[in-house]
Amino acid sequence: MTDILNALILFANFVLVPATAYGAQLALGALGVTLVFGILRFSNFAHGDTMAFGTMVTILVTWWFQSMGVSIHPLPTALLALPFGILATVGMLLATDRLVYRFYRKVKAAPIVFVMSSVGVMFVMNGIVRFIIGPDDQRFADGERFIIKARDFKAATGMAEGLTIKVSQALTLGIAVIVVIALFWFLQRTRTGKSMRAFSDNEDLALLSGISPERVVMITWIIAAALATIAGTLYGLDKSFKPFTYFQLLLPIFAAAIVGGIGNPLGAIAGGFVVAFSEVTITYAYKKFLRYLLPENLEPDSLVQLLSTDYKFAVSFVILVMVLLIRPTGIFKGKVL
Amino acid sequence: MSFLSGENMTGGYGAADILHDCTIAVEKGEIAVIVGPNGAGKSTAMKAVFGMLSIHTGRVVLDGTDISGLSPQDRVKAGMGFVPQTNNVFTSLTVQENLEMGAYIRTDDFSETMERVFELFPILKEKRNQQAGELSGGQRQQVAVGRALMTQPKVLMLDEPTAGVSPIVMDELFDNIIEVAKTGIAILMVEQNARQALNIADKGYVLVQGRNRFTDTGEALLANPEVRKSFLGG
Amino acid sequence: MRIHRNVLLFAGMFGLLAIVGFGQSWSVALTIFNLCLISSVMALGVNIQWGYAGLFNVGIMGFAALGGVAAVLVSKPPVTEAWSAGAAGIGLAIISLGVTIAATIYARRKLTGRRRSLVSFAIIVAGFFITRGIFDPSVSAIEAIEPAKTGYLGGLGLPVIVSWAVGGLFAAGAAWLVGKIALGLRSDYLAIATLGISEIIIAVLKNEDWLTRGVKNVAGLDRPVPREIELQNTDWFISLADTLGTNVISFSSIFVKLSYSVLFAVVLLAIMWLSEKALKSPWGRMMRAIRDNRDAAEAMGKDVTRRHLQVFILGSAVVGIAGAMLTTLDGQFTPGTYNPLRYTFLIWVMVIVGGSGNNWGSVLGGFLIWFVWIEAEPVGAWLMDVVTSGMSEGNGLRDHLLKSAPHMRLMVMGMILLLVLRFSPRGLIPEKGGR
Repeated sequence: MTDILNALILFANFVLVPATAYGAQLALGALGVTLVFGILRFSNFAHGDTMAFGTMVTILVTWWFQSMGVSIHPLPTALLALPFGILATVGMLLATDRLVYRFYRKVKAAPIVFVMSSVGVMFVMNGIVRFIIGPDDQRFADGERFIIKARDFKAATGMAEGLTIKVSQALTLGIAVIVVIALFWFLQRTRTGKSMRAFSDNEDLALLSGISPERVVMITWIIAAALATIAGTLYGLDKSFKPFTYFQLLLPIFAAAIVGGIGNPLGAIAGGFVVAFSEVTITYAYKKFLRYLLPENLEPDSLVQLLSTDYKFAVSFVILVMVLLIRPTGIFKGKVL
Repeated sequence: MSFLSGENMTGGYGAADILHDCTIAVEKGEIAVIVGPNGAGKSTAMKAVFGMLSIHTGRVVLDGTDISGLSPQDRVKAGMGFVPQTNNVFTSLTVQENLEMGAYIRTDDFSETMERVFELFPILKEKRNQQAGELSGGQRQQVAVGRALMTQPKVLMLDEPTAGVSPIVMDELFDNIIEVAKTGIAILMVEQNARQALNIADKGYVLVQGRNRFTDTGEALLANPEVRKSFLGG
Repeated sequence: MRIHRNVLLFAGMFGLLAIVGFGQSWSVALTIFNLCLISSVMALGVNIQWGYAGLFNVGIMGFAALGGVAAVLVSKPPVTEAWSAGAAGIGLAIISLGVTIAATIYARRKLTGRRRSLVSFAIIVAGFFITRGIFDPSVSAIEAIEPAKTGYLGGLGLPVIVSWAVGGLFAAGAAWLVGKIALGLRSDYLAIATLGISEIIIAVLKNEDWLTRGVKNVAGLDRPVPREIELQNTDWFISLADTLGTNVISFSSIFVKLSYSVLFAVVLLAIMWLSEKALKSPWGRMMRAIRDNRDAAEAMGKDVTRRHLQVFILGSAVVGIAGAMLTTLDGQFTPGTYNPLRYTFLIWVMVIVGGSGNNWGSVLGGFLIWFVWIEAEPVGAWLMDVVTSGMSEGNGLRDHLLKSAPHMRLMVMGMILLLVLRFSPRGLIPEKGGR
């Protein structure tokens, strides 16, 4: 019995908790991608670097606050800096829309031209981020680090295995829930939110109804900026900030958005968790876990890791491929890309 | 001077003109129907009145003002409602949300208008919280008409409202349209089902190759042997 | 008139290289020139995909890396001990993988409903564990053999030049796989899928030590041209240098680089000739017709997806060839150095700036952008020096600016892409006939 409990704790500690936090981060990222797709109808390759940009501003403001001794202990100072990061990112995205995308909307360019220019934007943003903060790892988490420490957990329960829950993980989940509720309230209940859904559903009819496309597009970018900055900052708090990592997050985020059904916000959230859980469960080494569960003579001597962590991108990719092959509309029937 | 009139309209999408000196007019509380063979420019004439296609000669007058220079969106604000032939509802939005979107440009309280629409189409009230995409073809057309009515238009334009619906539903829709006209709205519609449409029409326009061929009351057109022979199948 | 302009553009390009030759050194100029040639080949490959068919490939890096692997697998001598230790196991694992895939496909064809999902899942799980069971011990056995020197299977010990063709085949194979999955759906999907496959290819090359030694790199690749040191001890070369009145050592370096140039130029010209031929053939006209009006072409009974797959494979193969050439020139295979900025994005800038749809444009773009990329570094550093000259030594901002100068390059390239795309989408040498 204790063996089973220990196995469960182990699993919770290394799979359940981290994957939930990671899933929430991906979900927030995928929501941004899916919204932009729903309204502007292209896959925004710059989203990963938008996350990096927003996080960078948040980090810089965090450092400034820290240098002035401003803090909201036990919570990380970054939360206080987050609104500034969002504001800067909103400015950035509205500027790119004005300078890059608006023109192509006007001439009704092919979707692929949008995708291509988003790749251009991605590299410019990437350059800006590296230029300002450098390409290296940055840590900016402060405040209390743990809600439950493994040692305390062991002492309290008397189990052999410990459970760790980091503040960043709990914060991620809490903030993600709040953001998602706010977003759905906005989309379902407000006039502007409904007009966005209407625009995404049927652009011509929306125009006929007097819905202003430029206004809808602007609000979409504002929301995308907020989502990207929040997702990026939470990811950075939970792990660390490195521009290249954020670029690489693009693949799992796309996978999440497409698995759930692109253009469908509910799908983006489900997709985020599907991708995160697949990634973590497939790259987790089950050796110790099985040792608790199996009789002694069956204990494995290898790591029992389905796939090495270096291949976590392959997991997103395989999920993506399976969706494309089996059900291109995704779980929740989004638009067919 | 009619309430709404497109006078001597000549124009088209590209270099070639589709409409030639075409005139369409409708009075308040009246139903005007545009009929004609395929490719006669029926929908084009209506779109020209609504400003979705540019005319280089002629003008469109609404309630005494020349609106030829206005965009479709501005014509909606000026009091025109338009129901496209296809994709005329927001399928992923509920019936009620569709109506709300119809009233998007209104800043005043539109709940009374919505009640009026529900009175006109009781089935929509029942299904107000269902997605429009889940409704039957006839019900969708009701949503589409209802959406257009939400701006309290003075003119309602319908592009083939009965395309693809069963004969029973068609009769029902025509009844609805008569009801709408009774509220004092001018109705201009393009119809493929010429005979049934002319039956309810106060005024009929038979277009051929972008030109007015016959213009008369619906009754007179139905009685006209030439019209019957060429356009109503005998 | 237009031909005149194009000749001028190319003349200007060679003029720039000559300036480097006179100003810096001919060795530097030739180094740039060689990479210009390779870049042009890559740009040609991308132009075949984008310019002919409008396919957006964001995974050029992966296809180039596959070419690099080919250079290793073809030219390195086989490590016999490793072969006897684990080759059989690897082979068996590959067969087992193949059987698993075949069985899954068979099950999916034959069964329906819930049974289909369950059976295919069971086959995949069983196949995975069996394959891993064979694969893992073999890998350990191979990697255990002199890990500091080999620890991998080695190659076939053939001349490295063979690998250029093999690299093309590898890339074509990967392209077939990606194309099969992502083509025929909305255009965004190909972009996302190619981005994914390139990340995975690099991950595999970094981690599968038994195949490529991973991040331990493979150095000392076979060369298609003689080594400098050999030349310096060869009689005819010494006397040639004498007649030309140059220093034997510096001349040997230039001679080697020139030999590479000749080889690369031959490949470039051959691919160029084939591409131009293809573009002007009925096939090329059909491709452009599909690109410009897909619906009309489809209505005329053209199998658009199939044509797209064809062109995607061809273009990727050309990129693979260039990738193999690049690794050959480097003389070593270093999976850790592949990054999307250099290997995917830069190539795109070349194609767009040069003129998408026009092969000559891609070649010019390859030359020009590579030149700018290389020369931007000293210029950028110099610029930062000027900007920061007013600041005192040890000023934090000054240090930061100097350190960040390389990232400016990235930003500038991104700007160039966006500006050209917006204001001159037809590029320097526009497609004939135009869109």
